[in-house]
Amino acid sequence: MELFQYPYMQRALIGALVIGLAAPALGIYLVQRRLALIGDGVGHVALTGVGAGLLLNRSPVLVAVIVATIGAIAIEIVRARGRTSGDLALALLFYGGIAGGVLLVGLSDATSANLNAYLFGSLTTISPADLTTIAVLGAAILVTMIALRPALFAVSHDEEYARVSGLPVRTLNLLIAVATAVTVTIAMRAVGVLLISALMVVPVATAQQVTRGFRSTMAAAMALGLFAAGSGVWVAATADTAPGASVVLVAIASFLVVAVAGAAWRVVRRRATPTAAAAPEPHEVVLS
Amino acid sequence: MTSPVITVEHGVVGYDGRPVLRDISLTVTAGEVAAILGANGSGKSTLIRSVLGLVPISAGSVTLFDRPLRRFRQWARIGYVPQRLGAGGGVPATVREVVASGRLARRGVLRPPGRADRSAVDDALRAVGLADRAGDPVSTLSGGQQQRTLIARALAGQPELLVLDEPTAGVDAASQEAFAGALRDFVAGGGTVLLVAHELGPLRPVISRAVVVHEGRIAHDGAVPDPAGHHAEPDHDHVHPHCYDEPAGLWSN
Repeated sequence: MELFQYPYMQRALIGALVIGLAAPALGIYLVQRRLALIGDGVGHVALTGVGAGLLLNRSPVLVAVIVATIGAIAIEIVRARGRTSGDLALALLFYGGIAGGVLLVGLSDATSANLNAYLFGSLTTISPADLTTIAVLGAAILVTMIALRPALFAVSHDEEYARVSGLPVRTLNLLIAVATAVTVTIAMRAVGVLLISALMVVPVATAQQVTRGFRSTMAAAMALGLFAAGSGVWVAATADTAPGASVVLVAIASFLVVAVAGAAWRVVRRRATPTAAAAPEPHEVVLS
Repeated sequence: MTSPVITVEHGVVGYDGRPVLRDISLTVTAGEVAAILGANGSGKSTLIRSVLGLVPISAGSVTLFDRPLRRFRQWARIGYVPQRLGAGGGVPATVREVVASGRLARRGVLRPPGRADRSAVDDALRAVGLADRAGDPVSTLSGGQQQRTLIARALAGQPELLVLDEPTAGVDAASQEAFAGALRDFVAGGGTVLLVAHELGPLRPVISRAVVVHEGRIAHDGAVPDPAGHHAEPDHDHVHPHCYDEPAGLWSN
């Protein structure tokens, strides 16, 4: 516990908590529209931004926000067009992004340790300025995702209905794309581009095993994200493990615990109330 | 009450150069309950999707409430009921949450729901007989109950025009009756209805006009034709999967 007296550990903890809260708040919309892995793709693109930032001696996070936003908008345009060749376009974008990142980092004076910090996260090297960026952008994501929940839910649930309701579907889709890019870039410092999707998606997957509605799933996923971030950083500090990987493994462990407990509870309940089984649906056709 | 609600003039729709609708002209006036009938692939779903702007027309014009479709913005006046509920990626949603989406057209994106919104959602749930299932996840409902959820979502927006795409396909008898009742109440309140159907079933007494689409053209417009052959048998259950006329979208639900 003494470790948390050091400012760098406090910054690591606060940064992780902000991301733990914001990532699932956005991730639930991505899971709902079956784009659970899009965070991964945007992360790949963000890496080019990191490389460009290191090469140009600019803030890698800031350049990565810009490049990832452009990439996310490009992915959204491909998705909205719905072309079958779209997945090839996405593949080009993803691999181009990561190859560009590795190339640009190699051209700069940065070492492979720098590259690792972005690939797998480096919570303990967060500077006070980094923390301010993470807190401000994280709060913006959180407020937007919660305040616009009815509209974002409608667009993610049934896009055609949302269009006939006169909702600004294209704007809302772009908003989700940009929010994904921003979340990926701030989470990059915590868990790294290769593990970002986990924080967006795993808490949602855990929550939806036990919840009944969208709102309760969102609340539970945010609580789980917060828990994974907090205990992951604590585990990393006490056991001296990599913080990003610890956070993600805590999140996955929570998923397994809930999955097993949920299955066990259903078995117990079925045995306790054998007659409470739902009545079968009436047959549509009766064969005589 | 004879002002036109929907006007289609010489409408033409094609997918990838293959014509689906050729020269359709149709006017639906306020208070009418018009059923578009036709075989699979006749273009009847495409017709209502083009009326709503979900499918672009390549020639002709569509007018909604005296406004060209392109400049139509009063979407709260229309309640749309699609063929089925998307799976939605597995994130649970309660019946009430889905029905509450129907208020967005009236409320807008930024305003949080108020008392009027909640009572409209309650009324819509009652109208389709699902008030006791409001807190249940939609995925636990039967197909017919899910269809009724979508109708409640459209009714919650208190529209003047309901547009329904195959509302009774594959729906159990109890849900068909509940649906016919909800439709009767809506029409009694002055509403206009345009629906696509394969067979009418319990809806038949509610329908005031039948439009039969055949090979992309209107083959009949007027009284409801008598069913023929095995379609006429009272317990004939006509169910088809309907995805034939939608181009598959990348990662579309």
